[in-house]
Amino acid sequence: MNWLLDNFDLIGRLSVEHLQLAIPPIIFGLVIAIPLGWLAYRFKLTRGLLLTTAGLLYTIPSLALLPILPAILGISFLSPLNLTIALTIYAVAIMARSVADALESVDPAVRQAATAMGFGAWRRFWTVEFPLAGPVILAGLRVTAVSTISLVTVGILIGVENLGYLFTNGFQRRIIPEILTGVVMVVLIALVIDFLLDRLGRLLMPWSKSRTRAQRLAEKSSRTVVNPWGGTA
Amino acid sequence: MNLLAEAFAWIFSADRLGGSSPLLASIGQHLFYTFLALVIAALIAMPVGFFIGHTGRGRGLAIGVSGAARAVPSFGLILLLVLVIGVTQKPLAATIAFVLLGIPSILAGAYAGLEAIDRRVIDAARAVGMTEWQILWRVEVPLGLPLLIGGLRAGALQIVATVVLAAYVDLGGLGTYIIKGLALKQYDSILGSAIVIVALALVLDGVFALAQKFVVPRGVAAGRTQEVRSSPSRRRVVVGTPIEQGKR
Repeated sequence: MNWLLDNFDLIGRLSVEHLQLAIPPIIFGLVIAIPLGWLAYRFKLTRGLLLTTAGLLYTIPSLALLPILPAILGISFLSPLNLTIALTIYAVAIMARSVADALESVDPAVRQAATAMGFGAWRRFWTVEFPLAGPVILAGLRVTAVSTISLVTVGILIGVENLGYLFTNGFQRRIIPEILTGVVMVVLIALVIDFLLDRLGRLLMPWSKSRTRAQRLAEKSSRTVVNPWGGTA
Repeated sequence: MNLLAEAFAWIFSADRLGGSSPLLASIGQHLFYTFLALVIAALIAMPVGFFIGHTGRGRGLAIGVSGAARAVPSFGLILLLVLVIGVTQKPLAATIAFVLLGIPSILAGAYAGLEAIDRRVIDAARAVGMTEWQILWRVEVPLGLPLLIGGLRAGALQIVATVVLAAYVDLGGLGTYIIKGLALKQYDSILGSAIVIVALALVLDGVFALAQKFVVPRGVAAGRTQEVRSSPSRRRVVVGTPIEQGKR
């Protein structure tokens, strides 16, 4: 308890640094994954290619990806940029699949109705498909946010300061409360961000209130409806 | 590219192939910890997952556990357990950490596999007079196997990545070369071992992916034709990862 009271400033500063490191990859991940997810959803060829690549990238352990990126990209190994790129890769790997799944969950009848009303592909995507896919994309974003926040801690091993500092410093000095504080703070920040994203989603997408029911119906209909033109619905 | 050449030179140097710090021994150590933790985690998570999937009870709990586990930083968990259990018992402490980190994926795979089964199949099994125990072992587990293996796959990769981090507490394994290389600024050993770790993870992933394909029951695979009138509302077997687990 003493350690905690004496180091309030340090914990606060590290938490801020932690958030500063975690937020950009989450945003980049979402932004990059939207076109990639659309490609994966739209074309069969790109679907296999993109989702397999995403899956393979996701299997790479973080501490192994961090040394490999500098060798390929020519950036510095011990830099925040390296960590940001690595975390963005993981975020894209999760989000691309989630965006593709989300677009697939949109009721084909709604899509056809929009087309019938004269919506072009671009306008239909942004005003009909994307908003309706929103709740599922948000679910993926919440997973991405939580795992990114927890993963930032590995950055301490390449000298990027964040809450992970409490792990290594606490371990070297054999202070259990210090490591425990670090773990609790990371979990706390992750839960707060998760909660905020959920709230933000409800605010921006009021139609996701009865999400579970609507989603289940959408999934059910997308599976049972047989496309008369022979393709998969 | 020069860095990569040096890294490969490091991998195939005489020291690595059987000198003072052979690579094969490290790979063996890494796999030993991975499978030990995976087996223990599976022994704990599978019965619980089957129970939840069969009865539908405690589903919220399982989702909550796998959701919260994603937020726990694995690096912090290892260091914490090592200090709490005792620095002298590092292997025990680290193994407990690996098991804890492997459980959520396997749990999710076990119950999601059972849950994804078409209810009518289970109703039919009950209607022909199978006991609950028979339904579980003869119907639900075989049909849920692909997703269960998906859970084991995610868990195994999670543990492999965490064993890398455990090198920080001197546990051994492939992460040792990265941690030591960082201290000594030996980039060839860092990059070389990173490449070996990636290869190990990809091979492991491939093995599980193959297993996932082969365990789809024969009758189910044969019945996968697109028949319009009797197409089930749910797919009979879902192949894939049950949920996206947090990456460590």
